[in-house]
Amino acid sequence: MSNLLLARWQFGITTIYHFFFVPLTIGLAFLIAYMETMYVTRHDETYKQMAKFWGKLFLINFAVGVVTGILQEFQFGMNWSDYSRFVGDVFGAPLAVEALASFFLESTFLGIWIFGWERLSKGVHLTAIWFVAIGTTISAFWILTANSFMQEPVGYTIRNGHAEMSSFGALITNKQLWLEFPHVWFGALSTGAFFILGVSAWHLLRAHKAEAFKRSFQIAAIVGLASSILVGVVGHEQAQHLVQSQPMKMAASEALWNTSPDVAPWTVVAAINTKDHTDSMQIQIPGMLSILSYNKLHGSVEGINQLQAQYQAEYGPGNYIPPVRVTFWSFRIMVLAGGLMVLLGIWGVVAVIRNKLSTRRALLRIAVPSIALPYIANSMGWVMTEIGRQPWSVFGLLKTSNSVSPTVSAGMVLTTVIGFTLIYGVLAVLDVMLLVRTLKSGMDSPSTPNVASPKATIAPL
Amino acid sequence: MNLNILWFILIAVLFIGFFFLEGFDFGVGILMPFLGKTDGERRAIINTIGPFWDGNEVWLLTAGGAMFAAFPNWYATLFSGFYLALFLLLVALIGRGVAFEFRSKLENPKWRRVWDYVIFGGSLLPPLLWGVALANLMRGVPIDAKMNYVGTFWGLLNTYALVGGAAMILLFILHGALFLSLKTEGELQQKARNVGLAIGAWTTVLMLFFVVLSYFDTDMFTRHGVDPGPVPILAGLALFSVQFFIRAKRDGWGFLMTGLTIALSTVTVFMDLFPRVMVSSLSPDWSLTIYNAASNPYSLKVMTIVALTLVPIVLAYQIWTYWIFRRRVHLSDHMDY
Repeated sequence: MSNLLLARWQFGITTIYHFFFVPLTIGLAFLIAYMETMYVTRHDETYKQMAKFWGKLFLINFAVGVVTGILQEFQFGMNWSDYSRFVGDVFGAPLAVEALASFFLESTFLGIWIFGWERLSKGVHLTAIWFVAIGTTISAFWILTANSFMQEPVGYTIRNGHAEMSSFGALITNKQLWLEFPHVWFGALSTGAFFILGVSAWHLLRAHKAEAFKRSFQIAAIVGLASSILVGVVGHEQAQHLVQSQPMKMAASEALWNTSPDVAPWTVVAAINTKDHTDSMQIQIPGMLSILSYNKLHGSVEGINQLQAQYQAEYGPGNYIPPVRVTFWSFRIMVLAGGLMVLLGIWGVVAVIRNKLSTRRALLRIAVPSIALPYIANSMGWVMTEIGRQPWSVFGLLKTSNSVSPTVSAGMVLTTVIGFTLIYGVLAVLDVMLLVRTLKSGMDSPSTPNVASPKATIAPL
Repeated sequence: MNLNILWFILIAVLFIGFFFLEGFDFGVGILMPFLGKTDGERRAIINTIGPFWDGNEVWLLTAGGAMFAAFPNWYATLFSGFYLALFLLLVALIGRGVAFEFRSKLENPKWRRVWDYVIFGGSLLPPLLWGVALANLMRGVPIDAKMNYVGTFWGLLNTYALVGGAAMILLFILHGALFLSLKTEGELQQKARNVGLAIGAWTTVLMLFFVVLSYFDTDMFTRHGVDPGPVPILAGLALFSVQFFIRAKRDGWGFLMTGLTIALSTVTVFMDLFPRVMVSSLSPDWSLTIYNAASNPYSLKVMTIVALTLVPIVLAYQIWTYWIFRRRVHLSDHMDY
C-alpha cells in the first residue's frame, strides 16, 4: 500500500473516531448547563443530582475526545506536510484561534467545574459549565471554518505556489461555514439529547430514581426533537448550496451519471455500476430532486459524466469522480438515521405531554438502542462530505494525492496506523465499559454534600 | 521589530508556558508511583495537578496551532520529519490523559496499578522527547532544498540530544517535586523535598554538561563565542540556588527558581536558533528561518490581533484557577470525582 492510501486511512479512522466523542461532549455540555441552571435558580436538589450524574458520563467521554484531539492538531504536519505548506497561511489560522479561544476555555473551566462543586459559590460554579459549553461551540466553529475552506475555498490568493490568506473576513463569512456549522452543532445537540433519552429510558424501564430520569427524559425528548428537525432543515439548505458549490459531490451523492431532465426524479435506492456509469433497479420519486435542489418542481441537476468532462477542460486530464457508491449510500444512511430520530422525538414528546411515560414501554425500549442513531448520522455525514470531495483535499485547488508528506515512508505511516488503531481500539472498549458501568450505577441520592476541609492552609511562596 | 520576529517570540512564549506548566505536572506524574505508597497518597498526588494538567497541555496544542498558522513550513517540516518521535509523544500524551480520568473510576487495585504505570510512562516520555527534539533543532538535522527532513528516526538519537533529554527529565522531576512540596503537607511534603535535595545537584551538573556539549555540537561557539551571554548564566544560577531554598524550606522560592531555569533555558534555545527555526545540517541555505517558513504578512497581522486580544484573557483565567485551588491537598480530602 502507498503512503497516500495509508495516510488517508489514518485520517479517516482517527477523525471519525475523534468525532464519536465530540458531538456528545457538545450536546451534553449544554444539557448539563441547563440542568445546573435549573438547580441554581429553583434550588431543586433533583436537578443537581441530574447535573452530577450526566456530568460523570460527560467526563468519561470528554477524556477520550480531548486526547484523540491532540493527534488531530498534529496529523496535518505528520502525514500531510505538502498540504500544510500549501494552505498553512489560511488553514493554520483557524486552528490556532481554536486553541486560543476554545481549548483553554474548555479545559480550564472543566477543571474548575469538576473540582469546584463544594469550593465555589453556586453562581461561579454554574458559570464554569456554561463556559465549557460555549468553549465546545467555539471549537466547533473554528474547526469548521478550516474545514469549510477545504469544501469551498474563499479569502485566498495563489502566490509563490501556495494559497495565501487575503481576507480573514471572507473565511469566517464563508457560506459553506454558515450551513455546515449549524448542521454539525444541531447534530451534536441531538447526540447529547438522544444519549440522555436512551439512558433515561433504560432506568425508567427499571423504575430507578423515576423522578430524576423522568425529568431528564422530558428535557431530552424536547431538545432531541427540536434539534433533529433543525439538523434536517439546515441539511436541506446545505444540499441546495452543494448543487452550486460542489456539483460533483451532489451528483455523486445521487449517483446521477448524466444530467437530469428538467423535472428531476430523486433516486431513493439503486444498484450502482461504477464501471459502466449506470444505475439499475432504481426506486425513484418523480420531481423530488428538483424540489430538493431548488424548492420547485423543475430544474435539472448536472450529471457526473458532464461534470467530469467540464473539470477535465478546466483542471486538465484526470479522474474527478469521487467514490460514487460510498457517497450515495452514506448520504442515504445519514438521512434515514436523521428521519428515525425525528420520529422517535415526536413519539417521545407526545408521551411526555400526555404524561404517559411510564406506560409507554415500547417507546422506552426503542429509545435505548436509538442512542446509536445520531452516531450513525454524524459519521455518515462526514464520510459523505469528505469522500464526496475527492480527488480534492481543497476543492479545485489541491488534490489529495499532492497533499501527502513526501518523505514519510509507507512503513512509517503503517506503523502509526497500526499503533493508533490498537490504542484507539483499547480506549473504545474501556470507555464503553466505564460508561456502561457508570450509567448503570445510576444517580447518587441527594446526599450530604462533601464539606471541604476547614483547615485550609494557603501555600506560601 | 517585524511580525515574523514577534511570532517567533510568541511561539517561544507558548513553549515556555508549556514547559513551565506541564513541566511540573510531568514531574509529578513521574514521581507519583515512587512517593505515593498507598492508593490514597497516589490519589492525593494526582489531585495536586488534577484541576490544572489539562489546561497546561493546551499550551502545547496552542504552540502547535501557532506554528501552523505563523510558520506553516516549520510545522510541516518538523512534524513530518520527527515523525516517529512525535508519534511516541502523542501515544504518551493520549495514555496519560486517559489515565488521569479513568484511574479512579474502578476500585480494582490492578486496574489502578496499570494506569499508574501509564501515568509514569506518559509523563517520562514527553520531557525525554522534547529534550531530544530541542537539542536536534539546535544541532541541525538533514533538511533538503525542498525543506523536507531526509534523516531517520535513529539519527535523532545522538549523544548530545540524549543528554538534552535526560537533563529535561531531571529538571522536570525537580520542578514537579517542588510543586508537590507546595501542594502537600506532612510526610508527603517531606518526601517531595527529599527528592528535590537528592536530584537538585545532579540536575545542575547535567544541565551544565549539556551546555558544554552545545559548544561542540552546535554552532553556538562560532555564532556567539565563548561568552554565552547573561541568559544561560542566570538559568544556571537559578538552578544552582534551588537546593538552598529546599534546605531552608522555602519551597515557593525553589519552585520559582526551577521555573526560571525552564524559562531561561527555553529562551536560550530560541536565541541560539534565531532567526532560524530549524537548522539544516546539509547546507546553511536550506535552513528554515522565520522568513522562508512564514505565512504572508496579512496572515501574520490577523493572527497578531487575535493573539494579543486572547492571550491576556487566557492568562487571567488560568491564573485565577491556580488561585481557586491554592489550598494544599489533604489526605483526608474527599478524593474521587
